[in-house]
Amino acid sequence: MSTGKTLPIADLPQDDPRVKQLNIKIKKEGFKPDALIEILHNAQNSYGYLPLNVLQYISKVLKLPPSRVFGTVSFYHFFSMKSKGEHTCLVCTGTACYVKGAQKLLDSIENKFSLKQGQVSEDGRLGVQAARCIGACGLAPAVIVDNEVHAKVIADDLIAKLTSKLEAHEQI
Amino acid sequence: MNRFDFKNIVQAEKAKEQNAHTKNKILVCCGAGCISSGSEDVLKKLQEEIKNRELEDVEIIPTGCMGPCNQGPLVKFNPRNTIYQKVDCTNIGEVVKSQIVDKKPLEDMLLFAESREKPFVNANEDPYYKKQMKIALKDCGDVHPERIEDYLLHDGYKALDKALFEMSPEDVIAEMKHSRLRGRGGAGYPTGLKWETVYRYVNDPKYVICNGDEGDPGAFMDRSVLEGNPHRVLEGMTIAAYAIGASKGFAYIRGEYPLAIKRFEMAIRQAKKMGVLGARILGTDFSFDVEVRIGAGAFVCGEETALIASIEGKRGTPRPRPPYPAESGLWGKPTLINNVETMASVAPIILNGGEWYSEIGTAKSAGTKVFALAGKINHAGLIEVPMGTTLREIVFDIGGGIQGGGQFKAAQTGGPSGGCIPVEHLDVKMDYEELMKLGSIMGSGGLIVMDETSDMVDVARFFMEFCVDESCGKCVPCRVGTKMMHDLLQKVCENKATQLDIERLEELAVYVKECSLCGLGGSAPNPLLSTLRHFRHEYDERVHAERKSSNLIH
Amino acid sequence: MTKGFMPKENHQILFTKNRLKMSKVTVVIDGRKIVADTDETILEVAKNNGIEILTMCHLKGITDVGACRLCIVELEGSPRLFSACTTHVADNMVVTTNSERIKRYQRITTELFFAERNHMCAVCVSNGACELQNLGYKVGMEAIRYPHLFPQCDVDTSHDFFVMDHNRCISCTRCVRVCAEVEGAYNWDVMNRGYHIRIISDFNTPWGESTTCTSCGKCVQACPTGALWSKSIVQGQQSKHPEMITELVERRSMKL
Repeated sequence: MSTGKTLPIADLPQDDPRVKQLNIKIKKEGFKPDALIEILHNAQNSYGYLPLNVLQYISKVLKLPPSRVFGTVSFYHFFSMKSKGEHTCLVCTGTACYVKGAQKLLDSIENKFSLKQGQVSEDGRLGVQAARCIGACGLAPAVIVDNEVHAKVIADDLIAKLTSKLEAHEQI
Repeated sequence: MNRFDFKNIVQAEKAKEQNAHTKNKILVCCGAGCISSGSEDVLKKLQEEIKNRELEDVEIIPTGCMGPCNQGPLVKFNPRNTIYQKVDCTNIGEVVKSQIVDKKPLEDMLLFAESREKPFVNANEDPYYKKQMKIALKDCGDVHPERIEDYLLHDGYKALDKALFEMSPEDVIAEMKHSRLRGRGGAGYPTGLKWETVYRYVNDPKYVICNGDEGDPGAFMDRSVLEGNPHRVLEGMTIAAYAIGASKGFAYIRGEYPLAIKRFEMAIRQAKKMGVLGARILGTDFSFDVEVRIGAGAFVCGEETALIASIEGKRGTPRPRPPYPAESGLWGKPTLINNVETMASVAPIILNGGEWYSEIGTAKSAGTKVFALAGKINHAGLIEVPMGTTLREIVFDIGGGIQGGGQFKAAQTGGPSGGCIPVEHLDVKMDYEELMKLGSIMGSGGLIVMDETSDMVDVARFFMEFCVDESCGKCVPCRVGTKMMHDLLQKVCENKATQLDIERLEELAVYVKECSLCGLGGSAPNPLLSTLRHFRHEYDERVHAERKSSNLIH
Repeated sequence: MTKGFMPKENHQILFTKNRLKMSKVTVVIDGRKIVADTDETILEVAKNNGIEILTMCHLKGITDVGACRLCIVELEGSPRLFSACTTHVADNMVVTTNSERIKRYQRITTELFFAERNHMCAVCVSNGACELQNLGYKVGMEAIRYPHLFPQCDVDTSHDFFVMDHNRCISCTRCVRVCAEVEGAYNWDVMNRGYHIRIISDFNTPWGESTTCTSCGKCVQACPTGALWSKSIVQGQQSKHPEMITELVERRSMKL
């Protein structure tokens, strides 16, 4: 897979482990421009989102026009140029979950935390998102809190769970 | 690794199995559904229980989806195929004691105990399983998804061996044509014909793509196969590559399915080591390599040309067809794209023959179909039935009827590209043509059951909102037309629409359906058209309500 | 085993015949029998024979994308509509460009164009010389029967010589394709999806700060409306010459 190319002098701190990961991935993909989406996934996994300077770096290293990189990032809903929050709450709004009351879950989150889907709290500690379908339809309504999938979720339990997560952070 | 070595390995595994003296196999469902219900904890607790009781002739195997997700976590005891439901860390001990130590089934925890007069000790006798026929899902729920050796014990890669050594590429294609298998992604295009078309193009390199971008909300069939039996899909891809003359393949899997991605990548590594993938497969001249490409949250990337654009690292916008991917696909080369369920059906067809497959199902739709039952249904989860099974059988005999005891109102098939089937048509035989006659489509297999509490206009609005969100924006009819239709539907839902608005909706629906560049726009109006056809009164009621209030003005 | 299956030799004859290899075919367009080459699209054949097909995203010299859906035609034997700009002719093809259904749909497409963004001809640099306006006249548009979306759109005046007014953009992507394929600068691309799409420069940064734009002005010439315009002209006096781009592409492929 290696093309023997060395990476150009970077605008990103090369001793940052996330940058190292990114460099390894880019090299593994052979610096190919069509590996852009794979590389963006890797970057977002490491950084939690896609900061502008990381995109600039990728654009330079892959020799892709900035507009192409930006156009691709903004097309796919998976990618975000904004931090999604320290704790994330993803409510599935696929058909099965919708029929089972996903909207009520979103409403109760808005009531308690004043956050609509796609928003992050002012202090960056909680981000709320909605997904179109996470494929857990047999357990509708489903919610993912910090990468844990919860099934047949009831609004009160969800609010309690999120509150305890935020409070736990405070205690530290 | 050549054929001889491979056969020796299979023999060795079978012998190991025979000599292992394990009288009891305990299979714990670790499909995504049961994992969310806590089956991984159950697995750990089970391992502890077995250790504490010093039971030696027991093997524990985590598997993929067993089917009735709503009843999970599920644990199956072989050899008698006894399934326990809603198993958790507090009751697993009891189950083990009863089943293994006392050698008696624990009746009130058997599958569907709450709704059967006498629950079945052998779950295969339960009408839920008896009415099904597993082909694509065969071995899912029995096989350890992370051990290729377990796959080998279930006739794994036997079909590939047969194809490479006993059949020519032309023979393989003829068999696929004979089977009458149709694309399970939704379009229902004859698979054998597709393979033949790509085969005929002389323009190297050719590609095989497995479409795992299962974006229909309510569909999780492909996810379960990829997570539960990834080697079956990989084997199908390899046979396809052999048939059409491809040397490189891609499995495009949704980013929302990290477990599927992990298991498929693992399967690729294992298959390469076993010599059934990679260079000179089983010692022949045929080489085929597969890479996983991850989706990133775009429903439109399930469309073939958009998927290709995505693999090329671009925005996932579709291209006009012709030219079709068979002629000019990935990087302009002949490309075969098939859905996960289609690929999973290949190995059984090659092993048992196209004739065998074509005799199942109906005159126009052969074989079986996996459905994902969801919504207001008791036995939500995955089922696989022969084409031609009626909706009534699916919802009531297998699905267990309406959850909460309400009345069946409609079943939505085909997701945002499909339509609703009302109670008058409960006896429709599920196949491609019959569903199209009713204004719906087979789609990928999502089947959402609705009861009397569902508002059909809101259902249409919900699906239109989905299409507005997922429209790529390239062509005017879909980009602007769906938005206009959604806003009009919103008006109807808010009881503010006039008769003229309904007429505009109908006109726009036909326009968007016929003018759009790709299938997303082309089928976006289907839920609307379907609910207008079968539930017209729900629209009319709201318009009349508006008229009534405006009458107050004089 | 291989009943009813053609021997491979025949396949090779059938399918190595490359589309770009010219061969003559006879097609019928709106009842007229025309002889054409297989490397031509229905649109090209129609144009060469004096048959007008409405277009917007088409510009000769850059790749056709079939996005505007104005050039839709009916092909006998198929219930589908095909974009004439991307579909190549084939022997015995029977094409209809002017059925009632097509005219009705073209009208709807035009109205949707107008309703999507904020098109105010009276104050626009391209008033009287605008392809969108001309389209409106051609389809006989008298009213826009859909509610305007009135999106919030920016006007980017940061570039020294040119302006990009997103209120007037119809997302035809001619600017994107010209910049990529003819100039090779790749300044423009599209961001977001659905009706949220916008044409962007670099990282959605002001055009004046672009690190890729060469200020060649081709995009201004390619733009069919008053979205892209030159700062040196005033309202109602812009006239564009997209044919310059067509000629430039032709000249580049000649060895003079």
